[in-house]
Amino acid sequence: MTQGLNRIMWSTLGLLFAALWGLPFLYSVWTAFHDEIYSANFVWNAPITLENFFEAWQAAPFALYFLNTVILITIVLVANLILCTLVAYAFVRYRFRWAGFLFALIMVQLLISPEILIVENYLTLSKIGMIDTILGIALPYLTSAFGIFLLRQTFLTVPVSLDEAAQIEGAGAWRVLWNIYVPLAKPVYLAYALVSISFHWNNFLWPLIVTNSPEVRPVTVGLSVFATVESGVEWSLVNAATLMTTAPLIVAFVIFQRQFVANFMRAGIK
Amino acid sequence: MNKRLPFGLAMIMLVAPCLLLVAFTHYPALRALLNSFWNNASSRRPSKFVGVENYQTLLEDDRLVQVMLNSTFYALGTIPLAIGLAIGMALLVNAKLPGTSLMRLSFFMPTMLPMIAVANIWLFFYAPGIGLASQILGLFGLPPINFLGSTETSLISMMFVAVWKEAGLFMIFYLAALQAVPENLKDAARLEGAGPVRIFFNIVLPLLRPTTIFVAVNALINAFRLVDHVIVMTRGGPNNSSALLLYYIYEVTFSQRDFAYGATLTVLMVCLLGVLAAVQYWVLNRKAHYQ
Repeated sequence: MTQGLNRIMWSTLGLLFAALWGLPFLYSVWTAFHDEIYSANFVWNAPITLENFFEAWQAAPFALYFLNTVILITIVLVANLILCTLVAYAFVRYRFRWAGFLFALIMVQLLISPEILIVENYLTLSKIGMIDTILGIALPYLTSAFGIFLLRQTFLTVPVSLDEAAQIEGAGAWRVLWNIYVPLAKPVYLAYALVSISFHWNNFLWPLIVTNSPEVRPVTVGLSVFATVESGVEWSLVNAATLMTTAPLIVAFVIFQRQFVANFMRAGIK
Repeated sequence: MNKRLPFGLAMIMLVAPCLLLVAFTHYPALRALLNSFWNNASSRRPSKFVGVENYQTLLEDDRLVQVMLNSTFYALGTIPLAIGLAIGMALLVNAKLPGTSLMRLSFFMPTMLPMIAVANIWLFFYAPGIGLASQILGLFGLPPINFLGSTETSLISMMFVAVWKEAGLFMIFYLAALQAVPENLKDAARLEGAGPVRIFFNIVLPLLRPTTIFVAVNALINAFRLVDHVIVMTRGGPNNSSALLLYYIYEVTFSQRDFAYGATLTVLMVCLLGVLAAVQYWVLNRKAHYQ
């Protein structure tokens, strides 16, 4: 009996805390779905409207920003999957001089990530004329130490006997990679893709520095331009735009909740 | 046994991908070191070697002192708070109470949002007059606070934003660790008459130690790396009260166009992260002995 009461008490406390925690987000949601006049005054039956979303969508080229983000993510993801696979495969399957040293050198990127090196990377980009291009935003991220690490760990678990059997059957290096290693690493690819997509969808500082024109801006930069430059912009519009730009991620999260959580954990426990 | 890597394959598999990595990680880091010994080029004269002049500027830079103090305070304030909250959240979610899925969603949601969206949400939350924060203060008859606009509160307000965003992520790590705590240990303690509080402090908390070390070190590195909210919410102001190191690098380089000093500050940042990594390595190694 006391056990049951205890549980109800803790559950109530927990939910209260969760509600408090969600308050800033919920407040933003509330404002986004109501007319500007209800922004700071709560009327429980205030009419819900989608007007803010339509207006925000028209006020800035968000469709273009979304397209840019999708292009950016596609470039980074495809390059990451191919390049990291190749490097990880070379480390797992072959012997070569300086392998340990080279691996350590690659892992340096985990610590000194491109976000830290904005000054010199900007200079490099301007030297090769890639400022204000989507490819320019993507360049520092095309090879990922984290991806290499994750795939190497996975490839190491592939049984050697499978590899040898395929070789006896006459399969070359590329066929072994494609028919044995890649299929066995499928869950890891999915996991990596989810983390990578959410990282690059959210990335802000580097794209902000590299882009000047709306034609190449990803959504995060577009959102910040929309919310700050026009200082007269209404809060309800800013909140609608904020939700709009994050909606795809939230939907993806709800769909892939378990993989996401598993992956953030994998990403952490190195 | 593994074969030797043939030259052609090595070029395709290793050299090409690694060149990209080196070009945007190692090269810029070394380049920053080189550039920190040169001054800025202008339209009339090219840049010239100035030795340690930039480093002298760095030592005499009052703003940098403030920025480093801010960064330290920011790290020391956000990390313990986020970790404490994360442990509490993990315990709540792990207890399988009614409504657990709602709690988990609420705690983890901020982690999913881009920092820029989080910044907008909190900008609105803190907005003088219209924001929920000042409305709540008003409800209790307290005078409104200009959270982001005054030097006393701006940094602390930014710290709450960071804690809000990160605690949910740390909760996931603790959740994993909690699920690995053996039930029989707790059962044994219960048989001996230990209450839930005692069990937590004497059994669960010591077992969470490796997770805490791991989370703390990563949070420390993140505290230096994430400045999106500073750019959106305060631009380091007012009067540098909320400027963090990476934000300062950004401002010096891209607003003041002082690339030489930006490079010098980058060297400082890389050294700092190097020291943190060394500490991480050392602490984690000790942990291995401990287990």
